[in-house]
Amino acid sequence: MKKYLFLPVFLFALVANAQIDSTLLKRVPVDTSYTKAMNMDAVYNRPFLQLGNLPASIGGYVEADYQYMGQDGITEGHSFRIPRFTLFVASSIHRKIKFLSEIELEEGGKQISIEFAALDLTFHPLFNLRGGVVMNPIGAFNQNHDGPKWEFVDRPIAMTEMLPATWSNVGFGLYGKYYSKAWAFGYEAYLTNGFDDSIISNNQNKTFLPAAKENALRFEKSSNGQPLFTGKIAVRNNKVGELGLSYMGGIYNRFETDGLVLDAKRRLDVLAVDFNTTISATKTYLVGEWAWVMVDVPETYSQQFGEQQKGGFVDIVQPILRGKLAGFDKAVFSLAFRLEYVDWNVGNFEETGGNISDDLWAVVPAISFRPVSQTVIRLNYRYMQQQDILGNPPSKIGGIQIGLSSYF
Amino acid sequence: MKKLILILLGCLAFACENIIPEPPAEDEILDGPMQGLNSSEQARFLAGDFAFNEEVFSSGTGLGPTFVATSCGSCHAGDGKGHPFTTLTRFGQTAPNTPPNLHIGGPQLQNRAIPGYTPEILPEGTPFMKLTPPAVTGLGLLSALTDDQILTNADPYDLDGDGISGVPNYVNPPSYFVPQWFHQDANGRYIGRFGKKAATIDLLQQTVSAYNQDMGITSTFEPVDPFSGLEVDPEVSDQTIRDVVFYLRTLKAPIQRSQNDQQIIQGKTLFSQIQCGDCHTPEWTTLSSDIVALSNKTFFPYTDLLLHDMGPGLDDGVTEGSAETFEWRTPPLWGLGLSPNSQGGSYFLMHDGRASSIEEAILLHGGEAGTSRTKFESLSAEDKTALIRFLKSL
Repeated sequence: MKKYLFLPVFLFALVANAQIDSTLLKRVPVDTSYTKAMNMDAVYNRPFLQLGNLPASIGGYVEADYQYMGQDGITEGHSFRIPRFTLFVASSIHRKIKFLSEIELEEGGKQISIEFAALDLTFHPLFNLRGGVVMNPIGAFNQNHDGPKWEFVDRPIAMTEMLPATWSNVGFGLYGKYYSKAWAFGYEAYLTNGFDDSIISNNQNKTFLPAAKENALRFEKSSNGQPLFTGKIAVRNNKVGELGLSYMGGIYNRFETDGLVLDAKRRLDVLAVDFNTTISATKTYLVGEWAWVMVDVPETYSQQFGEQQKGGFVDIVQPILRGKLAGFDKAVFSLAFRLEYVDWNVGNFEETGGNISDDLWAVVPAISFRPVSQTVIRLNYRYMQQQDILGNPPSKIGGIQIGLSSYF
Repeated sequence: MKKLILILLGCLAFACENIIPEPPAEDEILDGPMQGLNSSEQARFLAGDFAFNEEVFSSGTGLGPTFVATSCGSCHAGDGKGHPFTTLTRFGQTAPNTPPNLHIGGPQLQNRAIPGYTPEILPEGTPFMKLTPPAVTGLGLLSALTDDQILTNADPYDLDGDGISGVPNYVNPPSYFVPQWFHQDANGRYIGRFGKKAATIDLLQQTVSAYNQDMGITSTFEPVDPFSGLEVDPEVSDQTIRDVVFYLRTLKAPIQRSQNDQQIIQGKTLFSQIQCGDCHTPEWTTLSSDIVALSNKTFFPYTDLLLHDMGPGLDDGVTEGSAETFEWRTPPLWGLGLSPNSQGGSYFLMHDGRASSIEEAILLHGGEAGTSRTKFESLSAEDKTALIRFLKSL
């Protein structure tokens, strides 16, 4: 159904663009308070195009890449992908009421999902009501995931597979911000539908929160009648950077149906800390995130499914050339480096007392070229090692990824 | 800028040759197909490989409700020996040729359960045996041997007086068993050659039983759910089962390492001198097989596929088929040195993983193997090292 709805809208957009004078399209300025913008502003802090005096503005981004990867000496060869094509539509219904939606087509339309479709009502800068399909503010990446913002082809594994990437749900909540000179404080708190049993019953053979994304019914009703709470507080200093602390938790399993008790209530709790800063002397940009996942797994189930997970990443981006490059006036050429780690199963075997492994780490040196701030061409080399649950010799994965990503 | 781009492109061109991590040496890994498969056999091997190593069962796809493991690969990481995490517990049959007492939950304990269910509990006071999952490499070659070949080494009454008997385990076949030309009917029973007690006749039985007893997955071959005891719809297709059987048949045999090392050659000689090889028969040659790659192949599994009295120390009071409780099938030694690569860096040897080193495993040998153990104990430290190094090279 989503496909049928999306297609006419998309075709209309294309046709409209073909028939109108492009001078009528005006670029909506990006949030002018960018220096004060926080991670929580990411959904609105995007370039939009407005057609004439229409109250709606549109935007989106696309990612395409080439990769040549291999594992333990075996490669699948050369591969081209279009992992994401995303459209957003925003409109101001009133100066204090706005709406934004984000629809993403993954892997050329294999999966189409509404990532965000929420109405915001501002009563006070510290008191805004948001309702609809909201992006749960766990960590920073989930809300600030747009491809063109990153110097790396792949998203960080911990923030996409340990924490589910673009994890959004139907719900309501509040958010607000407070500014004082160089300081900004923000908060968000939402109650939404949440996870389900699939996080410990899936074909990944591990506790896998993204498995719940497969359940499209979560946009229709809760899997267990229990709301998922997600909250975040963040503080930013324009000279120091931003630090965020977030929590997401609730009952994840279907413990009761038709009044009959099927299982005990089992909780999922996630804690995340994120930061980002720019070292003014060198213009070095640092961003990172770390998260802990705690899941109540039945004792009589398999230790294959971890009760705890942890992982995160840190990116260092160092611009080395700025200015007129290759015919672009404000181009930036950067070197970047990512370090990431995930432990899917923190704990020890009951049988031996030995460590449960099931972990991975990766290093990703990168080169990026931004002809304009909204477009990035990036070259990554990824090297990763991952161990199975028993801690056997790791599988080694490596290869080249070249991609481009741009807002439009 | 141009220079920089040229330098980067130069680096990229150089890197393309070296960006893929090196493969491990072929003799350092157990997985991979045997040589000589044609393209259609390779495709079938891959289908079986996927089912064995990638397919994970969940409650939505039939797992359990009681089970031991969620996939084949969970027990046989890298196709190697298993870890105590997935050790099996068998119980129910306490004497040869007696029924497995299905009414008390035998023959295998399903010690885990999906959420909302209670796992099986071992009946109080019931003898049991723990079984570490074996390596699955080279099984096709063992399955291609004829019953006649296996019986050549049998000496039930120790007529040669060497203190070693060696008897086959005659087991009742499952209903779906189809005898091949190399099987011999012994009053409706057949020689078992797989499993710690050699209670499994062929790889189809092994596969069907593992799906059913280890994962709670029913099939048309074994439609009875071990939890409910009732026939239910098949949860894995016949094709998948057949593909897994093919995969097991065509996995390569472990490759010995450092064969020309003088100490390892010395160890091999000692292995023979102290009569380890009387049960751990080094060399076999297959006759014809429906898979060309398995036909007329000489291989070195170091097993005679027969049962031997291993003494009271290894008698768990439980058995399968016609085996006595103190009898165990001679386990193949090929791949022994690679065990830590699938057991999390440690050794968990003997049938239940009780030995944490090869030397400890040798010293746990009793019964018919007692003479060899005594001879091992009397070896010099240097000779012991040579023997252990030889075993680790397998």
